[in-house]
Amino acid sequence: MSEAQPRIKVRGLTKIFGENPLPALRLLEQGKGRAEILAATGAVVGLQDVNFDVNEGEILVVMGLSGSGKSTCLRCINRLVEPTAGKVLVDDIDVTALSEKDLLAFRRTRFGMVFQQFALFPHRTILKNVEYGLEIQNVAPAIRTERALAAIEQVGLKGWDQHFPSQLSGGMQQRAGLARALALDPDVLLMDEAFSALDPLIRRDMQGELVTLQKRLKKTIVFVSHDLDEAIALGGRIVLMKDGRIVQQGFAADFLANPADDYVRRFVEHIDVLGVVTAGDAMREAACVAEWSTTADEALGRLEQSGDPAVTVVCNEGRFQGTVEAPTLRGAGTTPIRLLLSDQDACVVESATLTSAVAKLASGRGEIAVVGPDRHLRGVITNTDLVQALARRNGSSAGTAR
Amino acid sequence: MEFEIPRIPLAEMCDVALEWATEHFSSVTRAISAVVGTGIEATTDFLVALPPWLVMVAFGLIIWRLTTLRIALFSVLGFAFLWNLELWRATLQSLVLVLVSTLFALMIGIPIGIGAALSKRFWRVVGPVLDMMQTMPSFVYLIPAIPFFGLGAVSAAFATIVFAMPPTIRLTALGIMQTPPELVEAADAFGSSKMQKLFKVQLPLAIPTIMAGINQTIMLALSMVVIAAMIGAGGLGGEVWKAIQRLEAGQGFQAGIAIVVLAVILDRITQYVARRMRMDKHTA
Repeated sequence: MSEAQPRIKVRGLTKIFGENPLPALRLLEQGKGRAEILAATGAVVGLQDVNFDVNEGEILVVMGLSGSGKSTCLRCINRLVEPTAGKVLVDDIDVTALSEKDLLAFRRTRFGMVFQQFALFPHRTILKNVEYGLEIQNVAPAIRTERALAAIEQVGLKGWDQHFPSQLSGGMQQRAGLARALALDPDVLLMDEAFSALDPLIRRDMQGELVTLQKRLKKTIVFVSHDLDEAIALGGRIVLMKDGRIVQQGFAADFLANPADDYVRRFVEHIDVLGVVTAGDAMREAACVAEWSTTADEALGRLEQSGDPAVTVVCNEGRFQGTVEAPTLRGAGTTPIRLLLSDQDACVVESATLTSAVAKLASGRGEIAVVGPDRHLRGVITNTDLVQALARRNGSSAGTAR
Repeated sequence: MEFEIPRIPLAEMCDVALEWATEHFSSVTRAISAVVGTGIEATTDFLVALPPWLVMVAFGLIIWRLTTLRIALFSVLGFAFLWNLELWRATLQSLVLVLVSTLFALMIGIPIGIGAALSKRFWRVVGPVLDMMQTMPSFVYLIPAIPFFGLGAVSAAFATIVFAMPPTIRLTALGIMQTPPELVEAADAFGSSKMQKLFKVQLPLAIPTIMAGINQTIMLALSMVVIAAMIGAGGLGGEVWKAIQRLEAGQGFQAGIAIVVLAVILDRITQYVARRMRMDKHTA
């Protein structure tokens, strides 16, 4: 991900709500707190010096509880909310400096937006709703219908184009909302709690579908959510906000491993560790590795010395070939280990979460290998390692009591 | 020490203002009056000249198209009743006056309502004026109408327009201002200009509310057309006025009931159209 180009850069973004924001802004610069400023000027600090990048093709989740400023932050990107200070750069164009007219043109072509309450136009059919953005740009009717129908098909609403929003279920309405944004083929998708109003089951489906769709479309998505599980399901980087400021940004696993403060620690306390920590995070170096030509006796010797439950066998290029456990080796004498390979499936990719490691370990194996792309051996995870990884998380959250 | 507070010469001030306006504008307003008056008269005369059954059938067909067969039949029955009472000419006179006044009231009122919805400053000016227009006794409008438009139908139409316009302005503004904020935001997010937002989102969604305003305007127009008989507007109001002057209670009630019948017909039609538009919002 490090090689990806930032498409959106948010720099020093500050929003103050109120009739007269300037005195409040000055107080803010002097380091006064939110409550102090409210008491002194009556102005509410919505965002305070927010900085982050959104990379090409990633889903960045802006997370926080209600009132944390996450929706304000999203709306500052396309200036539905006018920032008080700071800059938003999209492809190095300063959105905050655009004139009224340029801003309209920019919104028409660059941004697609999806809303929490769907915000479909009730007097228009699904087709007309999806066409809306193109209609605003005066695209010829035949072309906009064609593109709208393609977008409708993309979100799985084929055949519903002539229905009105009120005839559709919530999940379908939000699909239409997504199609309305996609029809424009925008560079940037802004999604404001897009799935929060849906039933839990439908929400999970939609999250999965968005991830699948994103693999194909590779849009740059800023997704606002209050739901940590949703952020994890979308799988991207997370910007965690509190009281208008960023508390921490990074991947969910970073939040677990190195929480910036007690707030973050509390926030991730109930996280499903297995779904967040990757095999790469939990693995250790393999203590007992055998090559292609190692004999059974030799391998058994190494195995007993290392105390590992199984031998990990690699070929000469260091690719994982399989594992062999002690009972198979006993009495096999000088047979080369490659003839004794029993379990070629005992491995997980290092980027996979522990959930898949658990599944493999649960089927009676004492140890599995962790491999990189091309099945190069990176390390191993044993039952003990897994338990220890889980215990470490609990230890860190117990640290709150410190 | 005695000390008298002078009376504020409000009446005199109004007179001066009116005289000034009359002096400068009456030639224009008289010209308008001549044109519009001729139009109203010609339309009425034309309808009166046609055989009543033909007019009734034509009305019935138009109403059927706009609403349902039931309402159309009910309306035709009502018109036949009015014809039977020998109030056919008066009915048509009143009807034409109501429709012409309503048309003007909408042509002026809807744009003002839109303006008021879009500009807070404009709304702050329009609001109090509307309050005044609606609380001023309706008779008062009749007095200045005469120097500008002369006695007759056009003065009546003028007073009617002023009196009947406020609900259209108010409800147009209300309908637009009540557009759900998330829909306004969605329109903005896709880069709609103010005009696109107005014509593609706000106005279509406001139509049911605007229709409610139009309904009220029509009802107010009918009530004013009756009062306007005092300055020679004729029609059903004229029949009432005649009955009052001659102290003929029966004739008065007959004309009064005729007005009620006409009101019910107009109300049913506009109510139905308004309701249908509300449902149109959701289904084809």
